[in-house]
This record gives sequence, C-alpha cells and structure tokens, in this order.
Amino acid sequence: MPGLTPASLSAEAPPAAAAAPVETRRKARFSPWHESWRRFRRHKLAVASGVVLLLIVAAIIIGPLLWRLPINEIDFTAKLQGPSWAHPLGTDDLGQDVLARLLYGGRISLAVGLAAMLVAITVGVLVGALAGMSSGHLDAVLMWLADLFLSLPQLPLLLLLIYLFRDALKTAFGPEGGVFVLIVVVIGGLRWMPAARLVRAQFLSLREKEFVEAARALGASKPRQVIRHILPNALGPVIVAGTIDVAAAIIAESTLSFLGLGFPPDIPTWGRLLADAKDYLDIAPHWALAAGAAIFLTVLSINFIGDGLRDALDPRSVI
Amino acid sequence: MSRQYLIRRLLLVIPAMLGISVVLFTVLALAPGDPFEELASNPAVPPEVRAALRASFGLDDPVYLRYLHWLAAMLQGDWGFSFVSRMNVDTLILQRLPTTLIVIGSAQILAILVALPVGVLAATRPYSLFDQIANTLAFVGFSLPTFFTGLLLILVFSVQLDWLPFVYRADINATGWRFYWEHIRQSIMPVTVLGLFQGASLVRYVRSSVLDVIRLDYVTTARSKGIGERKVITKHVVRNALIPVVTLVALQMPIVFGGAIVTEQIFRVPGIGSLLISAMLANDTPVVMAVTFVIATLVILCNLIADFIYAWLDPRIAFR
Repeated sequence: MPGLTPASLSAEAPPAAAAAPVETRRKARFSPWHESWRRFRRHKLAVASGVVLLLIVAAIIIGPLLWRLPINEIDFTAKLQGPSWAHPLGTDDLGQDVLARLLYGGRISLAVGLAAMLVAITVGVLVGALAGMSSGHLDAVLMWLADLFLSLPQLPLLLLLIYLFRDALKTAFGPEGGVFVLIVVVIGGLRWMPAARLVRAQFLSLREKEFVEAARALGASKPRQVIRHILPNALGPVIVAGTIDVAAAIIAESTLSFLGLGFPPDIPTWGRLLADAKDYLDIAPHWALAAGAAIFLTVLSINFIGDGLRDALDPRSVI
Repeated sequence: MSRQYLIRRLLLVIPAMLGISVVLFTVLALAPGDPFEELASNPAVPPEVRAALRASFGLDDPVYLRYLHWLAAMLQGDWGFSFVSRMNVDTLILQRLPTTLIVIGSAQILAILVALPVGVLAATRPYSLFDQIANTLAFVGFSLPTFFTGLLLILVFSVQLDWLPFVYRADINATGWRFYWEHIRQSIMPVTVLGLFQGASLVRYVRSSVLDVIRLDYVTTARSKGIGERKVITKHVVRNALIPVVTLVALQMPIVFGGAIVTEQIFRVPGIGSLLISAMLANDTPVVMAVTFVIATLVILCNLIADFIYAWLDPRIAFR
C-alpha cells in the first residue's frame, strides 16, 4: 500500500505536465489538417515540387495572357531557330513560337490530367464503397471485375477504344471536344481499380469501428453513415491515389498524342509537340527538349507531391 | 508445388481469357461503323445483295451468337486477313512477335539486374545518402515518359556521339558474329529505355519489401547465430522479400507492354507494338483486334508464370 501513493502520483503527473503544451498548441489551431500540413512540410522534395507545380500552373494560366505571340502564326523565314529573345524557346518547322505552343498545350495536358483523375476517383470511390458496404456476391463480382481490368493491357485498349470511337464522338462533340471527352473517359475509366480497392479495404475496416456503430445506433441511414462517417475517414489514401492518377493521365495523353492518335494535329499538346519535334532532333533539339522537359517536370513534381501526401495523410506511417 | 495447385491455377486462366474476349468483343460490337459501309455507298451493289451478304456473314444475328462465332474462329486460329499487308493475320503476328518478346524479355532482365541490388542496398541502409539518391533517381526514372527517354538517348548516342543506330533493322546483311553484334548494338537503346523505366519502379518495391522482411524475428535469429551479414541478406532476407516483388513484376506487365508499343514506335522496332500502331493508322481492324488480343493473352500468361514462381518461392501458397 505505501508504494501506491507515489505510483499514482507519478501516473497523474504527466497529464498535468502535458496540459500546458496542449494549451499552447490549441492556440496554434491544432487540427488533423494542420497535422497533415506539418508532416507534408517535412518532405522537402514534396514542398519544392509543390512550388514547381504552382509555377507551372501559373505559367500555363497567366502565361498566354502575357506572352501574346499566336500559336499558329506560320513564318518560314524563322523556322527551326534556336532560342532567342524573340522566341525564348525557339521555333518549330513552320516558324511557330514553341513557348506559346507549350503554354497552350499545358492547359490541355493539365485539364486532361485533372478531368481523367476526377473520372477515375469518382468511379473508384463508387465501386469501392459499393463493394465495401455490400460484402457478398456483389462485392465478389466487383472485385473480380477490378482484377480483370487490372490485368488488361491499358495502352493497347486505350488505343483500341480511341481508334474505334474517335470518328463517332468527333461528329457528336466537335473535333476538340469529342477527343477530349473520349480521352478523359477512357483514361479515367481504365484507372479506377486502384482507388476502388483502396476504398473497399478502408470501408471493410472502418464500418466495424465503434464510431460507425454509434452512428448506426443513433439511427443514421446507410447513405448517411457512408457519407458523413466512413467516407471522410477513407479519403486519405484516395487523395494520394488521385494525385498519382493525374500524373499517369498526363503521361497517357502525351503518349496518345505522341503516337498520333490523340488530339487533332493542329492542337499543340505536349505529346504532340514532342512527336512533331522527333523528326528534327539533329537540327533543332531545343524543340523536343522543351516539350519533353515540360512533361517530365510536371509529372515528376506531381509524383513527389503524391509521395509527400502519402507521408502526410497516412496516419499509420509514424514519422 | 503440388500438381493440384498447378491444375487449379491453369483452370483459372480460362475465365480470365473469356473475360478479356468478352471485353474486346463488346468494344468491337459497340463501336460505330459497319464493315459493309463501303458497299452501301457503292451504287453498283444493289441493297438486296448487301442484305444477302450481311446475312451470310451473320451480321444480323443476335450479339451472343456473333460472339460465339467470333470466339470459335479465334480458337481455330482463323484470325482474319489483313487487307493492308495482304496476308493472314496470324502469320503476320507470328512474324513480329519474336522481336517484341526478345526486347521485352531483355528489358525485364535489365530491370531486375538494376533494381535488385540497388533496392537491397538501399533497404539495408535506410535513410542513408545512398538510399536517398536511389529513391530520388527512381522517382526521376518513372516520371520520365518512355517516349522522352527514347528521344534523349537518340539525341545523345545517335545524333551527338554517333555510336548507336537509331533505326532498328530486321534485315542485316551479315553473318556469324557480326550479325549478332549488329543486333545487340541496335537493341541497346530500346532495351535500356524499357528496362530503366521498369527498374525505376521496381527499386521502390524491392526496397520496401526488403525493409518489411529485415525487421522480422527470424532475421535477428540468423544474425545472432553468427551468420555473416552478407549471407543473412542474400540467403535469408532476399529470398523472402522477393515473393511480393514477383507479384508486382507480374502486375506491371500491362504497363511493360504499353511501354513496348511506344519504344517500338520510336526506334522503329518491327514488333507487334509498331504493328498495332501502323494497323490503327491504316484502319486495319482485324490486325488491331488480333494484336490487342495477343497482348492481353501474353499479360495473362505472365501472371500465370508469376503465380508458379510465387508458389515455388513460397510453398505455403499452393496449400491454400
């Protein structure tokens, strides 16, 4: 018995001592988002990549307003020139300004990346949530479907779908809109599986947690349980997967354009620029390097940001 | 590996192949466009003849009947006729397939040869300078799209240094050693592009897998028995760490074939990837369908092989 008093004292001491720092932290608005942001900042490369990506996005959005050279002004006297003050990134085989085309193409590449990611994540979350909540035959069928899609070769299927449906959509939505819709839907539609599996795995464990049971006991309906309680807690890995999806979609779109099966030839996407430039590698390497570097920098920074987000949003990884 | 596991795994290939054939056929059936479109606009062909032709080819049958017809023809090796190349599709593909398999196979070997030592070394010294450099380079590696690395290599080694040819030629006029040397020389760049892209993502898998295993108790036991560190890593850690890596290599196969299409296009390698692209640009639908089907089949085969290696590395799998 005599030993009990000091023990209980020392057991009570830490909370009392810890109370002060908690108080100061609360002043600094302590929340899960701040905690994530704190962890994200530790990943130096991710922060640097965030800055690089912001610069690229800013250049793409604001750039065309400042750099007013037209993207399709043909000037044969100035063809295949190296970088100069008039054309900072040189000119292409028709004397068009590479910088202006690069800035314009960036809008398309990033728009395709974001839109395809939204499609992939939406389908993935829907399928994953359905499978995770139903568990039974529906779950088995959906996961079998996901496995089947995972073993399909993406690029050949992507090429096949675009080859077969391009003309029909062109007549329906116009040459640019049709290809945009097709590319976004197909790239997104072929990339939902990782998100679906992540969401399902999260749902399977989250729906048995006490706080969901509490919500159920309070009479929350199934949709409300999912939307208010389970889904917000399952979003971390989904955000990471979404980031990676943007990079993958940008690469997929560039690959299609590079192979000559993407956007129409007069639209200068990054992959298209690279494809046009590849025949002039020996006399105008600046052209290919500019387009390739744009793709590379964007994809690399998105991938690093995804890595940083993984560290920041995955509560299981203790740093 | 028990024979029972082997048979069970082999039987699982059938639904997978059927699933892929259904997906492909659905895509084809949903696609707009009519194979008799040209006849419809041709005034010399009366509508009755067109209708009779449609009926004789079974185009008006219900979808499931058409699927069964198509499947039966595919199974019998009747893959159609390429109107562009003027030969049967199966002979065309068989001509092109070996080149693709050689390029992809060597690229995989290169990827494993690079990724395994680098990944293991990085995992045995986590967060060291070597680990950080390897990790950063891996990120750079898989963020560089294959079409850009290919162009960069051409720019450096063909245009600037003039060391390597950048067009792959199937018809080399040489015999003996020179023949093989020329083939190796022209394969260096395509294989490097594909291999390094693969290797970059593999490094990360190998590293995390080794990190998972190296913490386990049996590794500590092996160390405490006085086995040297090198032997602990090679005999005890790597063998077990490789099990998940084998699956990941198999899961990467669809991406490898995608990369092969791009590399073949850049270096003009006469494989099935460049066949696919040229068939698409020439509207040669039978070839497009057959190549897609062949690639899908190859992916399933790779998964099958991976499962067998998996069962060989980890005998517990076969008894589940």
